[in-house]
Amino acid sequence: MEAVIKPEEVKVGIAEWQVARGPWRLVTLGLGSCVGIALYDPTSQIGGLAHIMLPDSSQFQDRGNRAKFADLALPDMLAEMLRRGARRSMLAAKIAGGAQMFTSGDRHLSLLNIGQRNTAMVRQTLQELGVPIIGADTGGNYGRTMIFDLLNGDVHIRTIGRPVKII
Amino acid sequence: MEPWEKLNALHLDALKEIGNIGAGNAATALASMLGSRIQMTVPRAGVLPLQEITALVGYEEDPVACVEFTVSGPAPSKIFFLLSEPSAYLLIDLLLGKPQGTTRELDEMGSSVLTELGNILTGSFLNAFAEFCRLEFKPTVPAFAFDMLGAVLSSAFLEGGYFSDCALVIETKFYSEAITISGHFFLIPENEALGKILQSLGLQLD
Repeated sequence: MEAVIKPEEVKVGIAEWQVARGPWRLVTLGLGSCVGIALYDPTSQIGGLAHIMLPDSSQFQDRGNRAKFADLALPDMLAEMLRRGARRSMLAAKIAGGAQMFTSGDRHLSLLNIGQRNTAMVRQTLQELGVPIIGADTGGNYGRTMIFDLLNGDVHIRTIGRPVKII
Repeated sequence: MEPWEKLNALHLDALKEIGNIGAGNAATALASMLGSRIQMTVPRAGVLPLQEITALVGYEEDPVACVEFTVSGPAPSKIFFLLSEPSAYLLIDLLLGKPQGTTRELDEMGSSVLTELGNILTGSFLNAFAEFCRLEFKPTVPAFAFDMLGAVLSSAFLEGGYFSDCALVIETKFYSEAITISGHFFLIPENEALGKILQSLGLQLD
């Protein structure tokens, strides 16, 4: 029997980002109103995956963890990818998450709309960084897991009760 | 500096005692609804990052049902009541008087049953807590989600307007030997609430 080398997975926790290179896979589990952002350079197979919680750091005093905010995590992760040899002009993004998980008779929850605001800020930040978005699976009311294959840039979206989707 | 950085062992014991009194009352309410003995673990209290709070319950992709309440009053807090998928289905069957194993997926009726169950248990929890601390708590209308644990728990914080990536949690686990249910109760006092609660118990935060 031929030995099968299973590429390892790197887990990206909530309010974290990680950069790796093919054949590794980057995985983040259970995105709800958080947003996951996969950046990929196909020529070097360098990819980064971020799991942000909040849109805008300027509204908070405690910015101890920069990876928590869309506006800080994305430039930081991009810089690390370039440092490792990714080519900026080749970069493209795929995003997922930004759901509204809870339903309630009470209005205050839906007014806060954190999932939508996260998605909007991710889109804006990527535009400012000049990175095109080539795939997105956002919104709705369900959780998502992202499995980012750095061999080809595919992002598999796993949910409960829906078929796996590739973006 | 976060107020919880001043917490000492005595404070944490006092918070665990609150968890004990509140969850004890909720467990009694659940037991009388089900006609079954319900046990609970000794509460844990501590300041934890979100990821570790998730790990207290299970794996990020485990399906769970969660009822979330925002509690207003002098000591604003959050309450989450979580049930594993099998526990959620079993409780729906038991509370609707159906044979065990009938419910295999969550419909609107099931969601209402679980939300109402969360309502009753949270009410019992808060009553005991309020009486003990002599503070008044007003829970909001409950919010409900059924999905991956990681998505549900992080969104319970974020969608409820709690934005820190750490939280002071008081956690209790319910279980029963007669019927296989496992549920978690979390009480999360917001920053300004912590001093008020401790003060009501005769403790100071300095």
